[in-house]
Amino acid sequence: MQNYLELSDTGIEFKTANGPFRALQKVNLKVARGEFVSLIGHSGCGKSTVLNIIAGLYQATEGGVILEGREVNTPSPDRAVVFQNHALLPWLSVYDNVALAVKEVFRGRKSKAEMAAWIRHNLQLVQMDHASDKYPHEISGGMKQRVGIARCLAMQPKVLLMDEPFGALDALTRAHLQDSLMQIHHDLGTTVILITHDVDEAVLLSDRIVMMSNGPAATIGEILAVSLPRPRDRLALAEDAAFIHARQQVLQFLYAKQKRAA
Amino acid sequence: MKFFEYALPERSNLDEQEHGNGPVATPVDASTPCAEDPGPAATLGTPDGKARRFLPQAWLKLVGDSAGLSRIARAWSLALVGIGVFLLLWQNTAGNIETSLGQFPGPVQVWQQVLNLKQEHLREMARKEAFFARQEARNAEMLAQDPTADVRIRPYTGRPVFIEQIRTSLFTVAFGFGIAMLIAIPLGILCGLSQSFYSAFNPVIQIFKPVSPLAWLPLVTMVVSALYVSESPMLSKSFITSGITVALCCLWPTVINTIVGVAGVDRDLINVSRVIRLPALRHVQKIVLPAAIPMIFTGMRLSLATGWMVLIAAEMLAQSPGLGKFIWDEFQNGSSDSLGRIMVAVLVIGILGFVLDKLMLMLQRRVSWDKQSVLR
Repeated sequence: MQNYLELSDTGIEFKTANGPFRALQKVNLKVARGEFVSLIGHSGCGKSTVLNIIAGLYQATEGGVILEGREVNTPSPDRAVVFQNHALLPWLSVYDNVALAVKEVFRGRKSKAEMAAWIRHNLQLVQMDHASDKYPHEISGGMKQRVGIARCLAMQPKVLLMDEPFGALDALTRAHLQDSLMQIHHDLGTTVILITHDVDEAVLLSDRIVMMSNGPAATIGEILAVSLPRPRDRLALAEDAAFIHARQQVLQFLYAKQKRAA
Repeated sequence: MKFFEYALPERSNLDEQEHGNGPVATPVDASTPCAEDPGPAATLGTPDGKARRFLPQAWLKLVGDSAGLSRIARAWSLALVGIGVFLLLWQNTAGNIETSLGQFPGPVQVWQQVLNLKQEHLREMARKEAFFARQEARNAEMLAQDPTADVRIRPYTGRPVFIEQIRTSLFTVAFGFGIAMLIAIPLGILCGLSQSFYSAFNPVIQIFKPVSPLAWLPLVTMVVSALYVSESPMLSKSFITSGITVALCCLWPTVINTIVGVAGVDRDLINVSRVIRLPALRHVQKIVLPAAIPMIFTGMRLSLATGWMVLIAAEMLAQSPGLGKFIWDEFQNGSSDSLGRIMVAVLVIGILGFVLDKLMLMLQRRVSWDKQSVLR
């Protein structure tokens, strides 16, 4: 397997009022180009911290992140982040939200007309081109998250980082967005790292599921490869033996091995 | 002013109907509720087809919404009742207060003074016109005799009338407020963005915030006298002194609210800015300023109100020819009309303060993206 993105012996310690708090230690992960990897674990286990380290928003205390052979430790559009609560600027229209990122990333590389076409293209990818003049408060939660995804795709990231992107949505909307995401991953071949606490979502979308042990000093517990053929259809998979088996393994890890006092 | 609080939501509802984006497109995915409330006005129409042709759409909706109409009528009549009760109490109480300058003025006497002041204004205007007409006639005569004569128009030096004093006061407060904002907003942004800046400036801000304008005034007067020296000053010293005093006092609410607004920008939005690598200046311009605008405006409204209050005191002491000086002069005059005239000034100050606040609110509506928030 070609190593596109690599975390080696990565750990992080936060300074708090009660002394240092070790959130992560010895996280080792290798991701191939075009791979779809999910990180799953109980809340507070440091999934988001891993993502923030990859994004460069946090600095690892030990170890580090290598992308395409180079160490990365600052935020950059080549590791775009989709935030859980969409993080759209409420004072900009859908189009302008995407345009803000496009203008910054492609400054001097694309002409005005090329940028406009590129913005439209990305809004089409998430089926939001019909609402480009609307403001975030005028569209639904699912639509906002679509725009958030379009903004990230428009940066042409090497890795798309998604921090529980569908966590705040209702089940039906979530299913729609998962299907859209599968389609986009298939069409563009983007490398995706997705944080989730939804077992079905992880099994349905991922090539590999990274299961994290509980914190403090959390690390990777097990990695499960999901070798279901693509394209995947949620209805057909519901009764597929391999799907059910994968699902059970994740549940086993979460609720038997990493049982957590509620 | 209760009726405004009632009337406002009504208006914003209509605004949305007129200028908003109409009904929101049906979401592709049935999901979380959209921020759309059609309001009562949208669902009601009039069965009366004739009226429809003559009335503007907005009025039609209002009239159609009889519940809304009666609510507005109720709010207005309550406001009128409130004012009426106040006037009655005032008239009765005033009659029982004897001062060395005669009886305390009731509404009737105050109204007489309003008319008096208007008369004086008209008289003074006529005098001024006559003054310039005389000069022009004299100049024309001089030019006719000797075309090379050095003619000039002398400025009118009569005493300022009430309207002019109001104008001076408004200019002074605008001047002071303007200076204050030029300092307060950048300072607030710096302190909001950087914890170090905040720690450095916060003690200074906290110490100067509670200082009364009267404490500043002597210092400002001396400094202005020392530094503002010019042959033909465009602005008088007393104007600058009271303007700067106003600025020193109305700085703080905006500084503090800007700091809070800037420091409170959503972490996610800042992370978006970091991921797309916005340079510092564009980060402020594209993310921080728009996000903090509602708080900055809250600060600006408080500042303007403070400035307006401070102004009167500053003008009294600096002898800047505005409303403050008017009150002081009337007090020193001590005629039987003085109290009534001061009361006119008090009411004018109140009404102008109210209007200034409403103007800021209008500006905020225009500038701020946050149309959802109810502005009061």
